Amino acid sequence: MRKNGVKMIKIKAKDVDVFYGKKQALFNISLDIEENQVTALIGPSGCGKSTFLRCLNRMNDVIDICSVKGEILINDFNINDKSCDVVRLREKIGMVFQKPNPFPKTLYENVSYGPTIHGIAQSKQEMDEIVETSLKKAALWEEVKDRLHEPGTGLSGGQQQRLCIARAISVRPEVILMDEPCSALDPIATAQIEELIDELKKEHTIIIVTHSMAQAARVSQNTGFFHLGQLIEHGSTDKIFKNPDNKKTQDYITGRFG
Amino acid sequence: MNKNKEQLLNKRYKAEQRFRLYGQSAIFMALLFLTIFIFKIFSTGYSAFQKTWLIVPVNFDAELMMLDENPTKQDIEDADYYEIALQSMWNLDPNANEDQQNQLKRMVSYFFEREIKQELLKDPNLLGKTKEVYLTASDDLDQVFKANYPRDLPEDQRRVSDYQLKIFDQLVANGNVESKFNISFFTNADSREAELAGIASSFMGSIFSILVCLMIAFPVAVLAAIYLEEFAPKNRFTDFIEVNINNLAAVPSIVFGLLGLGVLLAIFQLPRSTPLVGGITLSLMTLPTIIIAARASLKAVPPSIREAALAMGASRMQTTMHHTVPLSMPGTLSGTIIGLAQALGETAPLILIGMVAFVNTIPGSPMDPAASLPVQIYIWAESAERGFVEKVSACIMVLLGFLIIMNLFAQIIRHKFEKKWS
Repeated sequence: MRKNGVKMIKIKAKDVDVFYGKKQALFNISLDIEENQVTALIGPSGCGKSTFLRCLNRMNDVIDICSVKGEILINDFNINDKSCDVVRLREKIGMVFQKPNPFPKTLYENVSYGPTIHGIAQSKQEMDEIVETSLKKAALWEEVKDRLHEPGTGLSGGQQQRLCIARAISVRPEVILMDEPCSALDPIATAQIEELIDELKKEHTIIIVTHSMAQAARVSQNTGFFHLGQLIEHGSTDKIFKNPDNKKTQDYITGRFG
Repeated sequence: MNKNKEQLLNKRYKAEQRFRLYGQSAIFMALLFLTIFIFKIFSTGYSAFQKTWLIVPVNFDAELMMLDENPTKQDIEDADYYEIALQSMWNLDPNANEDQQNQLKRMVSYFFEREIKQELLKDPNLLGKTKEVYLTASDDLDQVFKANYPRDLPEDQRRVSDYQLKIFDQLVANGNVESKFNISFFTNADSREAELAGIASSFMGSIFSILVCLMIAFPVAVLAAIYLEEFAPKNRFTDFIEVNINNLAAVPSIVFGLLGLGVLLAIFQLPRSTPLVGGITLSLMTLPTIIIAARASLKAVPPSIREAALAMGASRMQTTMHHTVPLSMPGTLSGTIIGLAQALGETAPLILIGMVAFVNTIPGSPMDPAASLPVQIYIWAESAERGFVEKVSACIMVLLGFLIIMNLFAQIIRHKFEKKWS
């Protein structure tokens, strides 16, 4: 979204290095991410795009040997700072994973989990509303409204992924991180999710990691190309796909490697 | 070339067939042994659930009991029953000499006058009258009646004399010997007399020990497992702890018995022979089993569930308590039941802490001396009397029943938990 023609920057990564033990996985990544836009991160397997994504909500903390250096500013606040509380950060930054991973609980419990632990709903009624709006936004409501108290694991893969999206948006995060959200889905489910992403960007800033160049071209406004732990090039999707500056980007886009 | 290929293919099929055969014969062998084992136990043990009674007319002679005309309840309680008891046995053969009278007396259980006393306490109006009373037969005659006794042995190798057999056969012919369900096997504590010995003490002892064991081992083990698996940093020290827990699971149980003896009894001065000490000792033994099972089932929870919860902003504690632990519960519980089943069948450590003592009272709490079922089996198997042979098997049957019920219970819990989450 542009206000008065000025791009609003939501996330500003400055010189981010990531190490797994002694092995360096990301080198000097600096990337600005615009508010209420979809930013796609592309690149061959093992290039570090998922690692970068996981830096943004500090999911790398879970991995003992992983260490992150550099600054990541979200709303001008450095999330790698000691004063940053991970729990509150992750409330603001939702995440959708590669494999649909609903909790083995009911649909309702899946969506209401976030609001419950963060104390967002004051009453049962309010919670019902949150669950309904979240499922509606995730374009799942019509399919599941009669079986909210059945296990979420009983849904199809595409429905499960939309349930995970509903779960992620139930706490109204500012940013949604998506780590190859369609790689385990069939083309129809993929199309549904892509449509959904387009809808969601009105209220959320979305960063999506994808293996599919076509997907990146379809859903994103900005694209970053990663290769061997380096951010080779980033800019508007139009430019990256039609007229990239870098030879490597050109080669990857045209399918010459990767 | 083609022929070669065909040969190879045939060979592969044959190999598979052979392998199937091996597998099937292995299963057959296992089933065969199990069947033989169970058949043997049931065929020796089932007769212990029946008990033989002699029906003997008893004359409740007030004079012999040293009672007045209108005795109070207390008087009846305090009266002397030995004389009338003796008399009623002697009356079975009025012509018996002194030696034969002695033999007559030994045809019934050692404490037969108590059974006569119970009869009068139930109905004080019997005073001065004669009534046919059921008296517990001696263990040897019990075995004779169950046809477990070798009657054709020479007399000097038998504990039952020809004279006793003669009188007994007369009683049988007159219909004065009866076999009834052996209630006292379940309600009596242990006894030196096989016909009176029961499993009540050891059964309660086992239950108390297992409860103490469960209450100590389960929470400690589950907390340890959760901490090690979900919270502890992975470093050399935690590796060291893990190795030692695994080693602990392999320590012979008798060593834990020595620990109980040396620490619980000698240093902490806890009461010996009690289920409390037994349970604590068993819990040390069960601890590593439960920890290993709980850790394995925590590990089996897919990391994607943890990531999902963490990414929703759940703290580590919330992730663990809301998702990981409930999902790991079925596995943890089956591990716990396996551990408890092991503990239930454990003998050596209990012997060392004194639960092998002869206990003829039924424990009312874990602080009272008691035996346990496997130790009871051990005690009875050591006894020379023929009457204990069937009791050993019967006790094994009870122990097996106990284990089956525990496993069923585990299955039910497991089922319930799994239903809830999938």
